[in-house]
Amino acid sequence: MHDLVAITALGGTEPKIDRVGSVTCTETPGVALASVAARQGREDKTRNAVSQLIGAETPAVGKFTGGPIIAFWTGPDQWMIEAPFETHEDLAHLVKENTGDTASVSEQTDAWVRFDLDGEGVLAVLELLSSLDCRKMAAGAASRTSIHHLGCFVLCRASGSFSVYGPRSSAGSLHHAIVAAMKSAL
Amino acid sequence: MTQDNRLSGGQIDRTKTLNFKFDNRSYSAHPGDTLASALLANGVRLMGRSFKYHRPRGVLTAGSEEPNALVELRTGNRQEPNTRVTTVEMFEGLEAHSQNRWPSLKFDALAINDRFSTFLTAGFYYKTFMWPAAFWEKLYEPMIRRAAGLGSLSMQEDPDEYDKGFRHCDLLIIGAGPAGLMAALTAGRAGSEVILADEDFALGGRLNSETFSLNDGDATEWVKQSVAELSAMPNVRLMPRTTVIGAFDHGIYGAVERTGDHLASLPSGKPRQILWRIYAKRALLCAGATERPIAFENNDRPGIMLASALRTYANRFATTAAQRVAIFTNNDDGHRTAADLHAKGIRIAAVVDVRDDAPTSHDYEVLRGAQVRDTKGRLGLTFVEVELADGSSRTLDCGALGVSGGWNPNVHLTCHQRGRPAWNDDLAAFVPGADLPPGLSVAGAANGVMSTHGALQSGAEGAAQALGLKGPLPDLPKAEDTPISQTPFWYVQGCSRAWLDQQNDVTVKDVKLSHQEGFRSVEHLKRYTTLGMATDQGKTSNMGGLAIMAELAGKSIPETGTTIFRPPYTPVPIATFAGRMKGKEFHPTRLTPSHYWAKERGAVFVEVGNWLRAQWFPLPSETHWRESVDREVRQTRASVGVCDCTTLGKIDVQGADAADFLNRVYCNGFAKLAVGKTRYGLMLREDGIAMDDGTAARLAEDHFVVTTTTANAVKVYQHMEFVRQCLFPDMDVQLISTTEAWAQYAVAGPNSRKLLQKIVDPEFDISNEGFPFMACGNITVCGGLRARLFRISFSGELAFEIAVPSRYGDALMRRLMQEGEEFDVVPYGTEALGVMRIEKGHAAGNELNGTTTALNLGMGRMVSKNKDSIGSILSEREGLNEPGALMMVGIKPVNAGDKVTAGGHLMDATGPVDAAHDQGYVTSAAFSPSLDSHIGLGFLKNGGTRQGEKMRLVSPVTDLTVEVEIVSAHFVDPEGERLRA
Repeated sequence: MHDLVAITALGGTEPKIDRVGSVTCTETPGVALASVAARQGREDKTRNAVSQLIGAETPAVGKFTGGPIIAFWTGPDQWMIEAPFETHEDLAHLVKENTGDTASVSEQTDAWVRFDLDGEGVLAVLELLSSLDCRKMAAGAASRTSIHHLGCFVLCRASGSFSVYGPRSSAGSLHHAIVAAMKSAL
Repeated sequence: MTQDNRLSGGQIDRTKTLNFKFDNRSYSAHPGDTLASALLANGVRLMGRSFKYHRPRGVLTAGSEEPNALVELRTGNRQEPNTRVTTVEMFEGLEAHSQNRWPSLKFDALAINDRFSTFLTAGFYYKTFMWPAAFWEKLYEPMIRRAAGLGSLSMQEDPDEYDKGFRHCDLLIIGAGPAGLMAALTAGRAGSEVILADEDFALGGRLNSETFSLNDGDATEWVKQSVAELSAMPNVRLMPRTTVIGAFDHGIYGAVERTGDHLASLPSGKPRQILWRIYAKRALLCAGATERPIAFENNDRPGIMLASALRTYANRFATTAAQRVAIFTNNDDGHRTAADLHAKGIRIAAVVDVRDDAPTSHDYEVLRGAQVRDTKGRLGLTFVEVELADGSSRTLDCGALGVSGGWNPNVHLTCHQRGRPAWNDDLAAFVPGADLPPGLSVAGAANGVMSTHGALQSGAEGAAQALGLKGPLPDLPKAEDTPISQTPFWYVQGCSRAWLDQQNDVTVKDVKLSHQEGFRSVEHLKRYTTLGMATDQGKTSNMGGLAIMAELAGKSIPETGTTIFRPPYTPVPIATFAGRMKGKEFHPTRLTPSHYWAKERGAVFVEVGNWLRAQWFPLPSETHWRESVDREVRQTRASVGVCDCTTLGKIDVQGADAADFLNRVYCNGFAKLAVGKTRYGLMLREDGIAMDDGTAARLAEDHFVVTTTTANAVKVYQHMEFVRQCLFPDMDVQLISTTEAWAQYAVAGPNSRKLLQKIVDPEFDISNEGFPFMACGNITVCGGLRARLFRISFSGELAFEIAVPSRYGDALMRRLMQEGEEFDVVPYGTEALGVMRIEKGHAAGNELNGTTTALNLGMGRMVSKNKDSIGSILSEREGLNEPGALMMVGIKPVNAGDKVTAGGHLMDATGPVDAAHDQGYVTSAAFSPSLDSHIGLGFLKNGGTRQGEKMRLVSPVTDLTVEVEIVSAHFVDPEGERLRA
């Protein structure tokens, strides 16, 4: 076991939590990510492998499926796999083992920062941030969007509960934008 | 001051009193007032001075179309010029100042302009300031600029926040008058997602200004009930104080919501305004209509206003501009104002109606077939001179005159995608044409339906049609359905100064002059006279100008045409467009994994794109950046230095055809690169010019990691995706950016291996034999953390780049510093990085500047002839391969201490210094602590054969001439022994 101590994307040793009104924004570093892209002619095999891994059908456009390991759609025959960091730090390795040479797999865990937004009024916050029609997003919806000029993903975990993935290096800017929107909307 | 002109009734809250100041004088008002209504209630008619002639002016309207009564609202850094008093909602402590006057509103020195009006006609500037030509820039323009403009800026930063947001709906209804409310009720009851936006703070539109009934009750009661019903619907969103400013492509509408303008102070974190982008499947324009004035002599005195505005002030705001009022009209609507004011106890001096068959009244005198010839009153209206039908004159004693020339439908948004409005003879006005923005339809007065019943019905029908609703329409409230009765009448003949555009001081005579001088197209008329420009965009003046031009040209008004209506519908502060993207939030910032550590070390940061990179790490004893940078370079070359190079783009390239793919995008070969090896690669553009350089490390047969320069990371990734998807879609290759995922540090210097050996887990051999120059591989560090190691060097030293998952980057940097103490390890920043790469002769962005080829960079032989790659064919173009082409060289001053300046040009030692004799230019320069001299890189004609030549480095712009010597670009370790050690 190595002895290097991780910091969160916002630079702390503990995740940052912000509450404004009824909405909470929680920095969520405990997540591992790996991208999967099917190789040419191996799409079905990749789908099967991903399906086995997440215990569900691979998600269609704008969706995520599975649990506790989930996959969300990122492109034609491309998905991002998400799993708890504590148990799946080396998720890319696991995904590659499952897909073999049917797919290209890349570790994405630290390419992203995740903020979870929960609470009544979260839709009012999101409409200041993203052009997505979040009111129409039900549990299981996942979509790419631009927030504060940053390429992000928004996942609807449950009614009133969303995750925002943004580029890790811009975590501070994204956090600032989210908290400013919370103060504005709530 | 007491509210002497306050009337009974209205929609103001008399239980509360608000205090405000205008030109430092205190007044009182009530919630529900606008600044305009409050000033009128307090007997203030004079509110501003005109743009050009500084004539006294008051309000003309009661809405956003106001051209005259513009003020500077609020004070200090919140002062906002050119604010229309008609749209300012009253709040406690409001402070406003009149503008465009000196020293005071009542006595304005520049009113002298009015005396010289004969000379200051349309086109005055163009004719007068022609000579002498040299005076224009130095004298005339500054002088005109000083005199021009209306309000002044505070010149301080706006302290308020502005937001942007996005909303979606099935139906966007623009305007909440009778048509809009009925449309919202229809759509809302059907369960559709509805947004109802209105620029006013009170929904209801004209219904708030009228006294007629709906369902035999007060119209405002129906408004209240409707708003209450809509508010209770979860699928309907009401957006008062929201102006839809533009109709854009794909059903997107821009809307400005004034969330804080009506508040004395904003709660912390709350925005003043929000710019909404509304994605509407359908939209219904119910923007109503704007009354138009009639032009006559001296028709701009304070107290002269639109008849409908007088009615609004009386019925909604319970105020009047004067106790004795006259009306000048060409239609029946003007009589409605007289009747309403009479009912409120206002004395009607007379109704002057141009029509011989105008209706009469028992309550006041109607002068049929009469016209207003002139008015009197220096700072406010006192008398109106009327020419009666029999040619005789009559003087009316009155303090206000309501003018009604008919109504213009508010078609603006229908024209935002270049749709042209159509002429309607019955209304003598333009109505929406057939070519509307896709998904937009129009209802109510905006569509030329002028009765209340018609508006309600067209609103309901419009919503049902837009949404494809089946079944019967909801019951409509019973309402007036009076037909239009008017005689088009634009201006009184024979006037010398009859104002058409009061905001720009354009008279009927100016339009005639424009015609006389050949500026007859409406677009020319606008530019020549400034008719229809500025904050009101001619909402009350365009039609008058067109009608007169049509008459002069002997054409009809529709033949004369209109200018194009463009967004925004009403003025929008620049701050609203900027939103949150200002100051340090102007763009998102990217922080490196070692940022927090670097900050602790006191690093000086520099912006590189969105990245903040450590530029150098000053020690407390260092007073100049050069001391820090020189130390970092010396220490790295002497022992070991560490630099965060995470910012370099990293692209994961995988797939069965990954190697072939790279063979196409790089001009040099990659197919045969062994697993575990890294190669320098040069990418060319299609036209053969160098695009970017970097390395590609082969981690497996089907897996490469490509690095790019920091600046081009996104561009190269886009390029590679384009190549993958469009040029070679049959290749099996997948790309994804991993720039953020890995914290990557360059560890450079003769002791770099020793330092790394302390953290790399012992099972990995990183000796020169086990891990030679250009090796790469997956390793573990610090007891098992997955990592990647590359033996590449930008500095020219024995060097490695080590990468770990970003979350461990901070810890790894601290560990490297701790373990490196015995080697006197030094962190180095981008400046030292730059110095070392210049010393080594490595090209960077300055050399890959979009004009240079592989040949220029001294890499001509890298362009492989054994394969096809992007840019390789066009790199062989004759023009790029002429003898004497520019070649990268090193440059050193002949006299120690002289500086090499980037951007300077190279000239022969003797001969002229001009473009014709230009030999090349310097791209990069630095002080080299290793050589104790300034050095530079640059491009020189035939540079490969000119080493040792003495030349002049010149910069004629800065009078620079330095004697330099051309040397090898590789100042340090030209044989590359160090990096292979």
